[in-house]
Amino acid sequence: MNAADLAPSYDLAVIGGGPAGLAAASLAARAGLSTVLFDENPGVGGQIYRGITSTPVTDRTILGEDYWAGEALATEAKTSGARIVGGATVWNLDPQRIVGVSIDGKARMIEAKRVIIATGSQERPFPVPGWTLPGVMTAGGAQTALKAQGLLPSGRTVIAGTGPLLWLLAAQILRAGGKIEAIIDTTPRGNWLRALLHLPDFLLSPYAVKGLKLLREVRAKALVVRADRIAAVGTDRLSEVVFGLGDGERRIAADLLLLHQGVVPNVNLAIAAGATHEWNEHQLCFQPVLDLDFGSSVPGIAVAGDGAGIAGGTAAAERGRIAAIAAVRALKPEATVPDPQTVRQRLQREEMGRAFLDWLNRPADRFRQPEGDTVVCRCEEVTAKQVRDMAAMGCEGPNQMKAFLRCGMGPCQGRLCGLTVTELIAKQRDTTPAEVGYYRLRPPVKPITLAELASLPISEAERKAVER
Amino acid sequence: MVARSADVVVIGGGLHGCSTALHLALRGLRPILVEKDYAGRHASGVNAGGVRQLARHLAEIPLSIASMALWEKIEDLVGDDCGFVSHGTVLVAENEAELAGFRARVEDLRLKGFTHEELIDRVELKRLVPAVADHCPGGVVSRRDGAADPFRTTQAFRKRAIEKGARVLEGVTVTGLARAGSLWRVETSAGAIEAPKVVNAAGAWADRIAATLGEPVPLEVIAPMLMVTSRLPAFIEPVVILRGRKLSFKQLDNGTVVIGGGHLAVPYRDENRTVIDWTKLATSARTVWELFPAMRAATIVRAWAGIEARMPDDIPVVGPSATSEGVFHQFGFSAHGFQLGPGTGAVMAELVATGATNTPIDGLGIGRFKR
Repeated sequence: MNAADLAPSYDLAVIGGGPAGLAAASLAARAGLSTVLFDENPGVGGQIYRGITSTPVTDRTILGEDYWAGEALATEAKTSGARIVGGATVWNLDPQRIVGVSIDGKARMIEAKRVIIATGSQERPFPVPGWTLPGVMTAGGAQTALKAQGLLPSGRTVIAGTGPLLWLLAAQILRAGGKIEAIIDTTPRGNWLRALLHLPDFLLSPYAVKGLKLLREVRAKALVVRADRIAAVGTDRLSEVVFGLGDGERRIAADLLLLHQGVVPNVNLAIAAGATHEWNEHQLCFQPVLDLDFGSSVPGIAVAGDGAGIAGGTAAAERGRIAAIAAVRALKPEATVPDPQTVRQRLQREEMGRAFLDWLNRPADRFRQPEGDTVVCRCEEVTAKQVRDMAAMGCEGPNQMKAFLRCGMGPCQGRLCGLTVTELIAKQRDTTPAEVGYYRLRPPVKPITLAELASLPISEAERKAVER
Repeated sequence: MVARSADVVVIGGGLHGCSTALHLALRGLRPILVEKDYAGRHASGVNAGGVRQLARHLAEIPLSIASMALWEKIEDLVGDDCGFVSHGTVLVAENEAELAGFRARVEDLRLKGFTHEELIDRVELKRLVPAVADHCPGGVVSRRDGAADPFRTTQAFRKRAIEKGARVLEGVTVTGLARAGSLWRVETSAGAIEAPKVVNAAGAWADRIAATLGEPVPLEVIAPMLMVTSRLPAFIEPVVILRGRKLSFKQLDNGTVVIGGGHLAVPYRDENRTVIDWTKLATSARTVWELFPAMRAATIVRAWAGIEARMPDDIPVVGPSATSEGVFHQFGFSAHGFQLGPGTGAVMAELVATGATNTPIDGLGIGRFKR
């Protein structure tokens, strides 16, 4: 697909080809909307179904039935008539629904009457001492390598953190014949109290049976230890993981440390588009303010999937459908669409049990609010102490912090430090993250080369100016 | 509620307001500065940082020269070097016709006694800016020019102003301005302040203050856009600007390259928000592509715009109010006010304190907009 082949405008542009995006695009295209779906990766699937059409991991037991459920969604989207464009980086979305996209080194701007942002989630920053050392990566990164390329971690591997994905990755590595030296569980014991309130719902949810089975499977094959602190240690690269619980301290020699403490909505595109966001105290993250159809505060722009608040892959698809139904009803009221009530009921079922998981896997304060020389902003190498000191001196928010320390101003555009900076300022100033707010984010939401930008077609006005 | 009192109320915590507050305090006055957001929140904190005397309108050259003298000892003034570096500004001619125009301008300036602009040929241009494309036949250099860190500069002026006795109220909005006997009563969201003198340095919001004084001005709210690349090996020292096409271009110490030049975003001043216009930034990208072939593979990591005021004649309003004794205006710097900040603050403080200034500011009065 070439950038020049894009139409200048579409009824619906879907950004992100995970479950929410795939479901939204197929429903809308089948209802007759001219629909384009952009995904950054060559193939669709998002993170959860990464490589679903191309993975070399063909033994279905390794990635599990939940992964392969993505196949049907991908096929459904492919045959729906939606234009699915892989390798397409969306770097701009403005309130007028102008989408800036780069494909194969060429940039284009297209217009859309409706936009569904389905850019999903990202891993929560896990800023522990040494997390910037080579040899330390995120569990999500390791899972992507496994799904997309069939790559297993090599060397002595330690997995640390909390959350369902951590255990799923461990199971997938073990099933594929990989080895894990230890799993360091950082889930605070105290979480159980809050989580128990939600246990009845959880037991009725689809998560319960699967989750317990997964835990048993992993515990049978790998060493699991608990810790309330952790550090990656090494000179040029990781050599050992130091961790402890209470007074005790242990060390494990390691070549690879995979960190994970849950996922949070990937808010960059929605914030840059001007959508209002709010702090979710229960999931400890920012999320867009949405109506029942997942419409944001910006007219015509919806956010579906985990980007709307973490609820998992199956829920994401249902959310995508609800957002797509709203788009169809607005643009083509005569078209036949599924009954949204039925979809909402399915969604409700999928969301059941979530609260239990959220409370159980809530990362401890010390893993979200680092101290001392621990790096917070990796791009600009800003430490926790610098952020805390600046907040104590009177810096009230992340945008001022950016101006003072340059944190959040590197190529990752704050993805790896945004939540940490907000929480540190709130902590230091004895207020709430809701009060402190998040980075003001600006397009390009993803870096774009000067050559790509220069390749944008010349506007009418400019052409006239040259011809004159 | 009893009103607070001050010698001067400065409205607006941009570089200009902070500089004026500092210079007032240095003269022994007690100013209160009122800023609706925080100091440097808008154009003062996020402009391109060019410290440029080059290519200025005749009416503001004296202010610019006064300012340059302060920039060159900025650390003595504010206790921080403000990131100021002096590698000159080069105005690049893209063809012979443009160069001929520049030659005429430089000669005209010399006749008027200004020598800071100097015509350069192709060889000197290549020496100063080796990376520039070969088709450029020469240009103009102002060798004492340079660049500084805009947010750091504004903060440094704010901090030093406070140290010298100014009060700075941030997050406080001015809601009214009226005579109260021999004083001015400035109503704010944090109570009233009474003072004999008021300085209107409210930038993109300054027209509202002027309007309450019965002297409306044709102020346009603008938001010049900038973009910045990821870090590149050092390849250019001076700031480079163009005349025919809109471009300003400079590499910072950290290797990133800031690309600006006056293409405008859409500003929403009541929401403190701007929307970037990518088709115009693409024009900047094409200009850079042609002028600096080495930049083609560079990555753009951010783009932004700062809200400020532009006057129809592209020069600021500096001087006393034409309707209201005791009020002074300092706004409308039309996308080139950063370099003028230190000097204009000094001139304004002189004007407020003594009623006159030795620096010529004729041609910058608000009276020029009277119908």
